Amino acid sequence: MKILICISNVPDTTTKIRFVNDNKAFDTNGVQWIINPWDELALTRALELKEGSGGKIEKVSVISVGSHGAEPTLRKALAIGADDAIRINAEPKDAYFVASQIAAAIKDEGYDMIIAGIESSDYNGSAVGGMIAELLSIPNVSSVSKIDVEGDNVVLKREIDGGSEVLATQLPFVAIIQKGVALEPRIPSMRGIMMARQKPLKVVEPVETESLTEFVDFSLPPAKAACKMVDPENMKELVNLLHTEAKVL
Amino acid sequence: MNFEFTEEQLMIRQAARDFAQRDLITDVIERDYKAEYPTKHVKTMSELGFMGMMMDPKYEGGGMDTVSYVLAMEEISKVDSSVSVIMSVNNSLVCYGINKYGTEEQKQKYLPDLATGRKIGAFLLSEPEAGSDATMQRTTAEDKGDYYLVNGTKNWITNAHSGSIYILIAQTHPEKKHHGINAFILEKDTPGISLGPHEDKMGMRSSDTHSVMFTDVKVPRENRIGEDGFGFKFAMKTLEAGRIGIAAQALGLASGALERSIQYAKERKAFGTEIANHQAIAFKIAEMAVKVENARNLCLKAAWLKDNKKPFAIASSMAKQYCADIAMEVTTEAVQIHGGYGYVKEYHVERLMREAKLTQIYEGTSEIQKIVISRTLLRD
Repeated sequence: MKILICISNVPDTTTKIRFVNDNKAFDTNGVQWIINPWDELALTRALELKEGSGGKIEKVSVISVGSHGAEPTLRKALAIGADDAIRINAEPKDAYFVASQIAAAIKDEGYDMIIAGIESSDYNGSAVGGMIAELLSIPNVSSVSKIDVEGDNVVLKREIDGGSEVLATQLPFVAIIQKGVALEPRIPSMRGIMMARQKPLKVVEPVETESLTEFVDFSLPPAKAACKMVDPENMKELVNLLHTEAKVL
Repeated sequence: MNFEFTEEQLMIRQAARDFAQRDLITDVIERDYKAEYPTKHVKTMSELGFMGMMMDPKYEGGGMDTVSYVLAMEEISKVDSSVSVIMSVNNSLVCYGINKYGTEEQKQKYLPDLATGRKIGAFLLSEPEAGSDATMQRTTAEDKGDYYLVNGTKNWITNAHSGSIYILIAQTHPEKKHHGINAFILEKDTPGISLGPHEDKMGMRSSDTHSVMFTDVKVPRENRIGEDGFGFKFAMKTLEAGRIGIAAQALGLASGALERSIQYAKERKAFGTEIANHQAIAFKIAEMAVKVENARNLCLKAAWLKDNKKPFAIASSMAKQYCADIAMEVTTEAVQIHGGYGYVKEYHVERLMREAKLTQIYEGTSEIQKIVISRTLLRD
C-alpha cells in the first residue's frame, strides 16, 4: 500500500499579514513557511500507520505545488519521516489549479490512500482534496477524524452533527482529515534531519491548467476596539451598548 | 562572511523549540518546585537525538555540527535549563571527551549508549576542596597493575544519580602534581561507589546533583583515557568544548527572558498605556536585546571555530564568561520589567534568574574564564 500526503506550504501562524498589489496579493516578504498544520497531522498519522503495518504500507510520499522556495517545507516532511517528495514546479493559483496539478502528477503512480488536510491555514479553501478525488474519479471521504488499516481494509471515522460515523471505502481514495487524526505533529529527530538529505525530492513541471478564480481584494479584520468599562450599577447602559454598539442583542 | 544558517540548522533549531514549547513548558514550574528529575523529557530528548547530536553516526550520534548544538541548547534553555544541563553534560563533556581522546574500543563500548541516551553520562571533576583549582585533586587512583584503586569524594556532580557512565578525574602520582592526574571511564554500578543526598539547589532544581564517594573502587587499566598523567589536560581540553554548551545555555536563559519581557511589555498597561510605550521599559528591552545579540554572536563564533578545526579555547572562554554574566543581568532586568509578577513562579522569569546564577559558577566560574582569557592574551 502506498500513501500520499498533499502538503500546503503556508505562512507560520504567527506571521503578520500584509497585502500588496492594491490588496490583491499576500505580501510574502520575510514570511517563515511551514507545513500546513492539518497536513502535518496527516503525515504523522500516515507514518504511524506505516510503522504499525508490518511492511504492508511500503511508502509514504508527500507532494506540494510550489516554487523552489517550498522545498524546505518538503524536506521537513522528509525529516519527519516521509520516504520521498514531489514538488510540482508552479506557484499555486487556486484550488482547481492545485488539484489539477496533483491529479495529473499522480494519476499513474498507484497511490492507494491520498490524504489532504481539511483546509490550508492561509486561504482556508477546503477544496483541493475533493477536487483531486473528482479529477481521478475515486471516492472521497471528508472530515475524517480517525484512520485505521484493518487487514486489507481502511476504516475511517467521521464526526457528524451530533455523533460520528464509521465508513469503509474501496482503494484508492482521498481522505480529507481534520484534527484528531493524530494526537500532535511529530518533531523531526536529528537522525531524520540527517536522513532527509539523502531522500529523493523529485521536481516535475506543471501541466497546462487554467485557474478558475482570481483574487479581487483582501482586507484585514477591523482592529480590536478599546475595552469599555460600564459601572455595575448601570445595567441599562450595558444593555444599550450591547444592542447599539456590539450588536449582539 | 556568512551569517546565514543552513536549512538543516534552522530545522534543528525549530525542532528544539517545538520540543521545549510543546513538552518542557507543561511541567517546568512544578518540576522546579519539587526538584523532580525530568525522566520522560530526557526519554523524548533521547528519541529526538539531542543527547548525542554531535557524535558520529557510526556511534549512533546525530552527526550535527556545534553551531546546530548551540541553536538547540539556546531553544531548550529558554524554557528549562535543568533539562539543557543534562543534555550539555552528556554531549559536550562525556560524549565529546570519549570521542576526542578515547581509544576505538572505548568509543565502541560507550558512545552508542551515550549518544542515544540509553545511558546518561556524568563528569566527575569537582571535589569538596577542588573547584576552580582543579589541580588539587584529592581523589586518588592508585596504580595496582591490572587496575587502579580509587578512593575519595567528588562534589556537585550533575547526572550523578540518573547517569550510569562516569568520567572520573583522579590523582595517581601526587608527587607529579597535576601531571600525575588521570581520567577514567567507569560504570556507576562498580562496587564501592555510593552517592550523597540530592543537593537542594537554588536553581536548575530538576536536574540531579549529588556528591559521589569512592571506597576501594577497582577501575580496569583499559578504562584509563590517554597516556598515564593525561587526566588534567584531558579535563581542561574537554571543558574548553563544554563551555560552548554552557555559554549557549546562558544565552538561552537571557533570550528566553527577553522574549518573555517583550511579550509582557506589550500586554501590561500602566499609566494608561502598554508599559512598552514607557521609555524606561523600552530602553531596558533595547539594552537586553543588544546583550543577547552579542552573546549569541560570541557563542556562534566559538562554535564555528570548533567546527572549522580552528583554535577555540579563548573564544569559548569569552562566550562562557559573557553569556553567563549577561544572563544574570538580563534575567534580573526581566524580573524588574515584570514587577510583582516577575517575583512569582507563574511568570517563569524568577526561575530563569535563579538558573542564570549557576552559569556564572559551574564549568569554570566567570572569574576563571577571565584568567584563561587574560593569560592567553598576556602570555606572549
